[in-house]
Amino acid sequence: MQWEAVIGLEVHVQLATQSKIFSGASTAFGAEPNSQACAVDLGLPGVLPVLNEKAVEMAVKFGLGVKAEIGRRSIFERKNYFYPDLPKGYQTTQMDAPIVGPGVVDIVLEDGAERSIRIHHAHLEEDAGKSLHEDFQGMTGIDLNRAGTPLLEIVSEPDMRSAKEAVAYLKSIHALVTYLGISDGNMAEGSMRCDANVSVRPKGQETLGTRCEIKNINSFRFIERAINHEIERQIELIEDGGRVVQETRLYDADLDETRSMRSKEEANDYRYFPCPDLLPVDLDDAYIDYLRSQMPELPEEKKARFVEELGLSVYDANVLASSRAMAEYFDRTREICGDAKQAANWVMGELTGRLNKEGLEIQQSPVAAEQLGGLIKRIIDNTINGKAAKQVFAALWDGEGHTADDIIEAKGLKQVTDTGAIERVIDEVMANNPAQVEQYRAAEPDKRGKMVGFFVGQVMKASKGTANPQMVNQLLKQKLEG
Amino acid sequence: MALNQDDVAKVAHLARLAIDSSNTQAYADDLTSILALVDQMQTVDTQQVDPMSHPLDATQRLRPDEVTEADQRNLLQQGAPAVEQGLFLVPKVIE
Repeated sequence: MQWEAVIGLEVHVQLATQSKIFSGASTAFGAEPNSQACAVDLGLPGVLPVLNEKAVEMAVKFGLGVKAEIGRRSIFERKNYFYPDLPKGYQTTQMDAPIVGPGVVDIVLEDGAERSIRIHHAHLEEDAGKSLHEDFQGMTGIDLNRAGTPLLEIVSEPDMRSAKEAVAYLKSIHALVTYLGISDGNMAEGSMRCDANVSVRPKGQETLGTRCEIKNINSFRFIERAINHEIERQIELIEDGGRVVQETRLYDADLDETRSMRSKEEANDYRYFPCPDLLPVDLDDAYIDYLRSQMPELPEEKKARFVEELGLSVYDANVLASSRAMAEYFDRTREICGDAKQAANWVMGELTGRLNKEGLEIQQSPVAAEQLGGLIKRIIDNTINGKAAKQVFAALWDGEGHTADDIIEAKGLKQVTDTGAIERVIDEVMANNPAQVEQYRAAEPDKRGKMVGFFVGQVMKASKGTANPQMVNQLLKQKLEG
Repeated sequence: MALNQDDVAKVAHLARLAIDSSNTQAYADDLTSILALVDQMQTVDTQQVDPMSHPLDATQRLRPDEVTEADQRNLLQQGAPAVEQGLFLVPKVIE
């Protein structure tokens, strides 16, 4: 039987505020345990939460970025459950009246195909603390620094049909929140976490199968593996005559498997009710219009500009607009060298290749956009040829000079375009290789094309790679014809 | 809607309330009569009434995004039964 997977994602994005969503404690990462957990975060008696205006602003910006209806009146509710990392005994969150209503996110698949994934809603909530299970003689250690950190939970419709689509969706969300500057998007530090709802059904069937929720997937790589694994597990189960049970499963990256989290099942009765400590949040048109006017250029608009104004291919535009850092690097490089196509080729080719090899992000590139732009400029004005350009790039990477011009000068890589100088080298090469010259002249004209390569190589070598290759080619042919 | 003793036991467990099993029938009866009142209120026509999430006719004030709280860990952990390396210690919980 042909099976179809149905996937919906819940993405938790940590908002890049300075202070917590309901208290004035810091949200900085990596502090001493519990040094950033104040009385409000600990849920001590008598404290009152006060909502952070920046968290509201960031949520609205996300809503505008996914073309969603913004909740004019949103309400905070209490989700009740008991766990030591949740000192109040409830999580303050939103349910019936979230701040961001239905919207849509466009995704690009590996083959370049585009699809739209609907957003069901997005809501504001607080994060819980962290439990540490090692080294405490049968006890669990609790660090509440993260408790009260603002999260935006983005809930998709079950619109994805493969793990690859889920990855593409997560990448789109990642690009959007980093473009908007509302999150650092750092998955390793937990700034973006993802739960996946996965079910399978026979292809063509309308009704959905029973779903399982996979919790806590923290990298693009794991999400694909975890979902594929869960799809296979469900199909095997059904084909063996079994039935999928609705449950929460945890992905174990070490074992590459999902396993049931039974202990949470009976507690799945959260008794939501409106939080009496927080009043409804009212947003008016003037506020929303103001934030709309503050929106930066988003990935979709960037892509369109790259294609329409700069003449890049859709593929190139997709790659370059995939992150704000990449797009800004490309834009600066392009402005300096004045050639979008060359800038795109260098950023996506030599630069990305080297970054991947060294495991670096573009923000960490040792070669700045200004330096790369300066290098490309010298290719365009024929100061250096392509081969020398690669040497200059490597030297810039290794910090051997501050600008491309410095390195070209220091290494003597300036391209020789003086006909007389090139001719002298050619004469020398021909004098040193009389046998090859004779062979060439004796050969049929249609064989000579290939044979000229030998001489080009010798001339380039003798000029230490600085001769202009086109001129070498042309002059060699003339001289060899005699 | 009538609650039975099992419902009472479940709700008590969810709320971590220790109740004496000899009292569950009495609680069930009390809660059932409260729900009867809710049923009665449900019959009122509320088509023209906006749902109310809060009794005060006011909206939430927002605060600027500023760090105002200093580290008071030592003070705040004085009431904790067990602390180690700055962490609160609790009986082992593990999934």
